Amino acid sequence: MKHFRSVDEAGPEAIRRLLDLADHMAEVNRRPNPKVPALRGKTVCNVFFEDSTRTRLSFETAAKRLSADTMNFSVSSSSVNKGESLRDTIETIAAMGVDAFVIRHKSSGVPWQIAEWTNASVINAGDGWHAHPTQALLDCYTIRTALDRPDSFDGLKIAIVGDIKHSRVARSDIRAFTMLGADVMLVAPRTLLPPDTDMPVVTELDDIIGELDVIYLLRMQQERMTESLVPSLREYTTRFGLTPERARRLPEHALIMHPGPMNRGVEMAVDPSELPGSVILNQVTNGIAVRMAVLFDLLGSGSNLEENE
Amino acid sequence: MSGILITGGNVIDRTGERRADVRIAGGIVSEVGQGLTAADGEQMLDASGCVVSPGFVDLHAHLREPGTEEAETIETGSRAAAKGGYTCVVAMPNTDPTQDSVSVIEFVRRQGEAAGLCDVRPAGSITIGRQGQQLSPLAELADAGVHLFTDDGDGVQDPLLMRRALEYAADLGIVLAQHCEVKRLTERAVMHEGHCCSKLGLPGWPSIAEELMVHRDIELVRLTGAPVHILHLSTARSVQLVRAAKADGLPVTAEATPHHISLTDELLAGYSSLYKVNPPLRTMADVEAIRAGLADGTIDAIATDHAPHAPETKEQPLDQAPSGMLGLETALGVSLASLDMPVADVVAALSWKPAAIAGVADQHGRPVAPGEPANLTVFDPNVEWQVVPTQLASKSRNTPYVGLPLRGKVKHTVWRGSATVLDGVATR
Repeated sequence: MKHFRSVDEAGPEAIRRLLDLADHMAEVNRRPNPKVPALRGKTVCNVFFEDSTRTRLSFETAAKRLSADTMNFSVSSSSVNKGESLRDTIETIAAMGVDAFVIRHKSSGVPWQIAEWTNASVINAGDGWHAHPTQALLDCYTIRTALDRPDSFDGLKIAIVGDIKHSRVARSDIRAFTMLGADVMLVAPRTLLPPDTDMPVVTELDDIIGELDVIYLLRMQQERMTESLVPSLREYTTRFGLTPERARRLPEHALIMHPGPMNRGVEMAVDPSELPGSVILNQVTNGIAVRMAVLFDLLGSGSNLEENE
Repeated sequence: MSGILITGGNVIDRTGERRADVRIAGGIVSEVGQGLTAADGEQMLDASGCVVSPGFVDLHAHLREPGTEEAETIETGSRAAAKGGYTCVVAMPNTDPTQDSVSVIEFVRRQGEAAGLCDVRPAGSITIGRQGQQLSPLAELADAGVHLFTDDGDGVQDPLLMRRALEYAADLGIVLAQHCEVKRLTERAVMHEGHCCSKLGLPGWPSIAEELMVHRDIELVRLTGAPVHILHLSTARSVQLVRAAKADGLPVTAEATPHHISLTDELLAGYSSLYKVNPPLRTMADVEAIRAGLADGTIDAIATDHAPHAPETKEQPLDQAPSGMLGLETALGVSLASLDMPVADVVAALSWKPAAIAGVADQHGRPVAPGEPANLTVFDPNVEWQVVPTQLASKSRNTPYVGLPLRGKVKHTVWRGSATVLDGVATR
């Protein structure tokens, strides 16, 4: 694999391979000294055109645990503010010698444009509303380990709840969960759904909550109200929030997931730390393992994970 | 001026189709008939296997001068037009400054004459600065020879202003041309709203944004009696609305672009901004409806919406990149490759029908007959070819047709009695 830009582009075989590889990475991460020399001499550049501390830290940690060198490019202190074009920015950094770009951008499709301008690998750390494939990987990995489903998600009922229309997490998760065999349902008012989807849509969360294996809550952003997509956050919570009543109706084994950052009192109208099924912090932990897997898969060029020079 | 003799071609004009040689002298067609022999010093143009037709007229070209000369100039745009078989182009008014005053109109016309490659007929804006607030001096501009008025790039959003514009225009013998797009429905939009945009995570550009304004303006035509030309139809429902308006006898005309009869929204899957255009590429069902609209005459004209953009602007992220693609040099090749229509009907949509809408029917789209102005196009309707970006006459390179098979290529263009293109190469 040259790039990791979307779940679809990677395909089911690569997704399974990366999840298996993440198991090894998780084992590395449990060691007292969680570091291997696998990517020594490789340089990974995090280019975040949009703020995202958690994703950037996760990628940086993943690269360092594989002994890669990391560079961080942040837009606020850069020449982008001096009118430099995206292409010139990328070509300039690439000229310093970069093996992989980790790209976050508010516009869908930027990782594809960037790949036209550099020979380095491009990892999509979130583009617009489009894709966030490492989030999908960590979500799959979290479900796989928490529900002990190493081979497939066949028969798992997963509801993705909330603002699917504007969510790159939802778009990537839908593809990845479906690829692994899960039955995915979308739960949202029509204003928060993509204009055209071939996924099953449920309009009342209460109709299905008792039969779910996973409930995946999306972040509900304040500005959706001013865009007339929902009348109020209060009404959103009433219809689609995880309230204590709904939490009680979830099956005992069901997982509660969220990509963060959470809006407490909105989509998460209950304290998740009091819910035994909450795996929200596991998601964060697993993020490092799956990102290590992606970096190693793209840059490891067949080297053994434990190999020393 | 030395004459020209075009031999061996199949002449197609509004009177029909016939094998004939065409002699041109003194800027007019002097003789049409079989077996004409060259006179001394006459330039011989071989047209065997080719169609000889009145020159093409583009209702919709962005020549970018004044204001964005790094993308195109009137000279480079005129050269692209001549290579595409055009003898007349209507220059859209979204220049900087806007073509909303006689001085800017005169500037554009002068630059067109200086380039000397085709007639450049500036359109005027409906409102000052295309701001949608205050009417441009429509009568003053009409006196200066402007026939077509449009705020293209934007539609006139305010229904009251559009009604007033039509009422005022009704007595001036001019035509208002509308870019139909209700802006409130396309805020942030990047591509057609449908299955593809849902998958690609790109903000959708709903068909209804166009159709609402098509419908509104048809009803305003019904109310005021003033003619409206609807620019670049892109949806199946828009075609239906125009068809019904014509059946009611309303003075409504319409155009479609080569890209809306050949390309669909699925091309955005690779996130290339070459395919970002306003109105957006839509679905195959829409493409087929537009083709059918051209075939049954609902849509009068093929117009390019030639929209050059410098590479650095198109290389931005999709949501920031400007809309538009080149069209002048590929319109014929795309049209013949995409439309299942008699060649004569395609020529009608490229020549005399748009000439009538543009108000240039006294000079362009004329029958190929003695005494008529010698604005002619000679093209091979069967040759297959591909675009080579570096060979484009346009200053920009944003064509979506690289690698796609086109059919039909312009061989010679004659404008005001002299050749502007010979064997596919511009003469100046």
